[in-house]
Amino acid sequence: MGSTIIESGSDTALAAVDLHKSYGGGRGRPPVKALDGLGFTAATGSVFALLGPNGAGKSTTVKILATLSRADSGTATVAGIDVQRHPERVRRAIGFVAQRPVTDPMDTGRENLVLAGRLQGMGARDAKARAGELLDRFALTDAARRLVRGYSGGMARKLDVAMGLMHRPQVLFLDEPTTGLDPQARAEMWAEIERMARDERMTILLTTHYLEEADKLAARLAIVDHGRIVAGGSPEELKNELHGDSVVIELDTAAARPAAAVTETVVRAQEALARLGTLRDIVMDDDVLRARADNGARALPHVLAALETAGVGVVSAAVARPSLDDVYLRHTGHTFASAQAGQAVAERAGDLAEVAR
Amino acid sequence: MSTAITHTAILTGRSLRGIWRMPVFLVMNLVQPIMWLLLFGQLFKSVVDIPGFGAGGNYLEFLTPGVVMMMALFASAWAGTTYIQDMDRGVMDRFLTSPTNRGALMVSSLLYQGMTTVVQTLMVIGIAWLTGARFHGGVSGLLLLLLAAVLLTAVFGALSNAVALLLRQQQALIGISQLLTLPLMFLSSAIMNTKLSPQWVQNVAAYNPFEWSVIVGRQALSAAPDWASIWWHLGLLAALALVMTWVATRAFRAYQRST
Repeated sequence: MGSTIIESGSDTALAAVDLHKSYGGGRGRPPVKALDGLGFTAATGSVFALLGPNGAGKSTTVKILATLSRADSGTATVAGIDVQRHPERVRRAIGFVAQRPVTDPMDTGRENLVLAGRLQGMGARDAKARAGELLDRFALTDAARRLVRGYSGGMARKLDVAMGLMHRPQVLFLDEPTTGLDPQARAEMWAEIERMARDERMTILLTTHYLEEADKLAARLAIVDHGRIVAGGSPEELKNELHGDSVVIELDTAAARPAAAVTETVVRAQEALARLGTLRDIVMDDDVLRARADNGARALPHVLAALETAGVGVVSAAVARPSLDDVYLRHTGHTFASAQAGQAVAERAGDLAEVAR
Repeated sequence: MSTAITHTAILTGRSLRGIWRMPVFLVMNLVQPIMWLLLFGQLFKSVVDIPGFGAGGNYLEFLTPGVVMMMALFASAWAGTTYIQDMDRGVMDRFLTSPTNRGALMVSSLLYQGMTTVVQTLMVIGIAWLTGARFHGGVSGLLLLLLAAVLLTAVFGALSNAVALLLRQQQALIGISQLLTLPLMFLSSAIMNTKLSPQWVQNVAAYNPFEWSVIVGRQALSAAPDWASIWWHLGLLAALALVMTWVATRAFRAYQRST
């Protein structure tokens, strides 16, 4: 799927076309490009995930669609409404759950929900009834009369999602709903999101930097890298596009001490495998070699033999069905984990620059 | 319009619930004005003896309306802190992505600040009375003092909220409020009769909204108020409060532009 292909119509809940957004760099520094021609569409009544490392542009996209921020150029519609032209109409159609908690810690769970409902135009009685319903659904009834500051991370996050659901929005934005949750709370949240998408028949735009989350929840997803969509489709389609298994081999470079010798080992390994010809898309990541093969299990013995002939030691070797991580690697040229680490460093530098300003 | 009123009411209710649960803040904010009242009251006790000071010979009675306005000024200059807390969480972003009325967000914050100013003013007046100050303006005088304090709160509360929306940082807000409040306080007749100050101080004070509120408060509590001066300065304060509220509400757009 191309990044700017738009299928419009009543079954399109979200459409972004060629969005650009830069943040001022300040004091002679060049502006930071957050979005660089990002575009996608999401069908009504489905879970659509934007997957990418921190700083890829996911939150910026959500903020523009939710009318919090404005794009420098490009257009976007939510539930068929143009976000630039009619932001006030968009705001009635959406629920927005930010990355940070959206609740007031000095109010109780119930008070938070009722306030959110009233601000969306619900009457006092409706808001109370709906709050009770959602507290029940998220198993928060026992905590309903307690101040939110006493909630656990998982409870607080569930309440955040309930806040976005109060007025039964057509589109719900969930910006990293499970970041910072422990594995059990994350699993519970996943179950809730799945149930919500099924029961409320709404469109959910989810951003995440967990491959597993996108794989599990999203009917369709788009991989975001440096402010652009680099690939899109259902998780299955994306994996099938890779045709074959992933092969991961950790080379033994410990024996080759000088850096030049390490490089030489890697080059020798690559040459040997190129001669063999059964592996495709070979990518080196330090001393880890990743590649694809039509039938990994059959290819592996030949690969190991070829490496041994070339005099390259092997620490470990693994064959697996393709994962989203492989999809990510294929489209961005780096693994998800390395992008995550790299972006974290860049982001910290950005934060420091902001503080310095 | 009715949406704006409903939103103002429920948002003010939210703030009042907060202070109801943590009334200690209300009392904590009183520590400073009480110290001013008692310490300045003792320290400058004999300035009233300087020829031309006036004030009927009682410095505590002169000082009390000044302290009320100082309290309102300092507290309102901090008002933006609440916005910053809401921005540090996702609460502000949630408000701004919902149909929440922007004017209601601003007015509810100012209403809440105004209400705490009223409660605190009554407490300061009570303490001044207990320590021997006597006021001659009656109930109407007290109401005018409260009105001036509330309008002053609105002016600087709106300014503080605007600064919070534009700079988004607690430290910046503290810096600006300190930079602003101390000169405003000293370029006024809050603790010293400006008739005894250099001419330039009197000239500057005439344009100081804080001074306007001090004039109203002091006149309103006096035995023979200068009504023309009271209404003129109340009018100036009210006009400035309206302008500041409007400007500060516009700051939501700037906040969203730079998000």
